[in-house]
Amino acid sequence: MNTRSIASFLLGTALALATTSGAMAQDKTIKIGVLTDNSGLYADLGGPGSTLAAQMAIEDSGLAAKGWKLDLISADHQNKPDIGTAIARQWIDVEKVDVFMDVLNSGVALAVNNVVREKNSVLIDTGAATSDLTNAQCSPNTVHWVYDTYMLANSTGQALVKAGGDTWYFLTADYAFGHALERDTAAVVVKSGGKVIGGVKHPLNTADFSSFLLQAQASKAKIIGMANAGGDTTNTIKQAAEFGIVGGGQKLAGLLLFITDVHALGLKVAQGLNFTETFYWDLNDGTRAFAKRFSEKMKNKAMPSMVQAGVYSGLIHYFKTLEALGGNPHDGAKVVAKMKEMPTDDPLFGKGTIRADGRKLHPAYLFEVKKPEESKGPWDYYKLVGTTAADQAFRPLSESACPLVKK
Amino acid sequence: MQALYAQLLVGLINGSFYALLSLGLAVIFGMLNIINFAHGAVYMMGAFVAYFLLNLGGINYWWALLLAPIIVGIFGMILERTMLQWLTGLDHLYGLLLTFGIALIVQGVFQNYFGSSGLPYAIPDQLRGGMNLGFMFLPVYRGWVVVFSLVVCLATWFLIEKTQLGAYLRAATENPTLVRAFGINVPRMITLTYGLGVGLAALAGVLSAPINQVRPLMGADLIIVVFAVVVIGGMGSIMGSIITGFALGVIEGLTKYFYPEASNTVVFVLMVLVLLVKPTGLTGRAA
Repeated sequence: MNTRSIASFLLGTALALATTSGAMAQDKTIKIGVLTDNSGLYADLGGPGSTLAAQMAIEDSGLAAKGWKLDLISADHQNKPDIGTAIARQWIDVEKVDVFMDVLNSGVALAVNNVVREKNSVLIDTGAATSDLTNAQCSPNTVHWVYDTYMLANSTGQALVKAGGDTWYFLTADYAFGHALERDTAAVVVKSGGKVIGGVKHPLNTADFSSFLLQAQASKAKIIGMANAGGDTTNTIKQAAEFGIVGGGQKLAGLLLFITDVHALGLKVAQGLNFTETFYWDLNDGTRAFAKRFSEKMKNKAMPSMVQAGVYSGLIHYFKTLEALGGNPHDGAKVVAKMKEMPTDDPLFGKGTIRADGRKLHPAYLFEVKKPEESKGPWDYYKLVGTTAADQAFRPLSESACPLVKK
Repeated sequence: MQALYAQLLVGLINGSFYALLSLGLAVIFGMLNIINFAHGAVYMMGAFVAYFLLNLGGINYWWALLLAPIIVGIFGMILERTMLQWLTGLDHLYGLLLTFGIALIVQGVFQNYFGSSGLPYAIPDQLRGGMNLGFMFLPVYRGWVVVFSLVVCLATWFLIEKTQLGAYLRAATENPTLVRAFGINVPRMITLTYGLGVGLAALAGVLSAPINQVRPLMGADLIIVVFAVVVIGGMGSIMGSIITGFALGVIEGLTKYFYPEASNTVVFVLMVLVLLVKPTGLTGRAA
C-alpha cells in the first residue's frame, strides 16, 4: 500500500467517524407548542388545562434528567383559522416548534394540518373533531389522538337509533366541525334504519337558541341531534329544558359533550343525556391518579377533559418515540412514521396503536349523565353504559379515502 | 304561519335585552357623552352578582333583581368618580378606550377565576313551567322578561323625559355651568346617571342569568350587537333605543327562521343601511 492510498484510507475513516459521531450526539432539544382556544367558548375543555397537561407530561417523561432540553409555549388561536395558521408558521419558522398539541376547533385544525405538512413538523391533534383529518385530508405529519366525528356518530348515533330514536332533526354549528359531525351522524342514522327529516345551521357561539329549538320542536323528530360543542351545546340543552322539549317526548342527543359542559350545566339539567367520550377521569386507578394531580393544579379545580388528557397521553408517546430514535431528528414525517410503528401505552388511554392514516385507536365509551341523587359530589357525573372496542370504534380502513392507506 | 308567530314572540324576548342594554348606553351617552364600552362587562357582572347572592348568601332571584343593579351601580359610580370624570371635555375616543380597557380587565379577571363555560343559575320556582299558546309553548320566564323589561324601559324614559329630576339632568348636559349657578350639584348628578345606566345593564344581566349560562364572556358577545342597536336608533335617544331594541330583536328572530346563517349579521347589515341613508340614526337629532 503506498502512502497515497494510506492517506485516503485514513481520510475516509475520519469522515466516517465524523458522521457517526454526529449521529451519536444527536440534538436533544424538543420544543412543544400548545395551540388552543385560551379565552373563548372552548377554553375550558382545552385552553390552559391543555398547557397544564403538557407540563405534566414533560415532568413525568423524566427526559430532563436524561439530558434533554424541553421547552413549552402556548398561544390562543381565538377559533380563527387565519390566526391559527399565522401562529403555526411563526412557531415553525421562528420559534422552531417541533410538535403542535391540542389544536381544537376543526376549522383551525384543518388549516394548521396543511401548514404542518408543508413545513414537515408534527401535529398531534387532541381537540378537533373532524374525521377528515385522517380521511380525505390525512397527512404523514399528523396523528389524530382522542376522538373524531365518525366515532361519535357511530357510537352515540347507533345506540340512539337502536333505542327507538329513528327520526332525527339536526342543530348544527355552521362550520367545518358541525358539518362533519352532521354528515357522519346522518350516515349512521340512515345506515341503522333511521331517517333525517330536517336540520338548521346556527352561527358559532350563539347565545339564544330559542328560534332554532322551536323549529326543531315543530319538526316532530324523535331525536334532536346537537352537532355543536362547548357553550353552544350547554345553551341548547338549558334552553331546550325551558321550552319543554324533553317533556314533550323529544330526546336531545349530545353528539359531542365534554365533562366541563356537564359541570357547567349542573346535573339537574344534564341528567339522562347519552354521549360518547374516550376518557373519563373516574375510569380506573390510572385515570384517577392523573385527574387528582391535574385538578389540584387547576385554578378552578376542574377535572381533565378528554382533550386535555389526550395532550398528556399524546406527548408521552411522542417523547418515547424520540427516545427510541436516540434524539430529535427535527423531521416531522420521520417522527410520525416511528410513532405509528410503536404501540402506545399510558395510564390514561391504556394500550393502543396508531394506524397508517394517523388515527390513534383506543376504546370508545358510551356514558349516561347521572341523576343528582346518584352523584357523590362535584365531578362525579358519568355512568358507563357501553364500550366499543378500539378496532370497532373508528372508521374502518376499508372505507378510508386517505391516500396514505395502501389497499 | 304558526311558526311565524312563535318566531315573532321569541324575537321580542331577545329584543327586551337589547332594549334594556341600549337604553343604558343611550342614557350614559346622552348625559355624559361617554361611549361606554364597559357595558357588556357590567351586564356580565350583574349576572355574576346574582349567582353569588344565591350561592354564597342564599339570597333569591327577586332580591337579586333589586340588589345586583345597586351593587354593580355602585361599582359603576366608583369608576366614574375615580376615572371617567377626568375625561370630561376630551374627545369621545378617550372614554371609549378607557371603558374598553376596563371591560377587558373585568372579563379577564372573571375568566381567570371561573373559566369560560360558566355557571348554572336556575329559574326561580315561581316562574317555572310554561303555557301553551296554541302556536307555541311559551316558558313563563320568557314572558316575564318581556313584561318586566318593558316596564323598566318605560319607567326610565318617564324619569328622564317627564320628571323634575330628569329635567335637571337634561339641563345639566346642555349647560352645566348655568345649572350649577342654580345651586345644583352637577358632578353628583352625572355620577348618579352613570350608576343608573350601569345598573340597567346589571339588571339585564340578572334577567338573563336563568336563560343563558352565567359566563364571563356573555357580555362581550352581546355588546357589539347592542352598539349597532344604539347606532341604528340614534345615539343618545332614549325612546329611539327602546323601540329599536325590540324591533331589532324581532327582525333577528325572523332571520333565524328564514335564513339562519345570516342571523349573526343581519343587525349589522341594517346598521350599514341606516348609516347610509340617515347617519344620525332613525330617531337621532343632528349634532
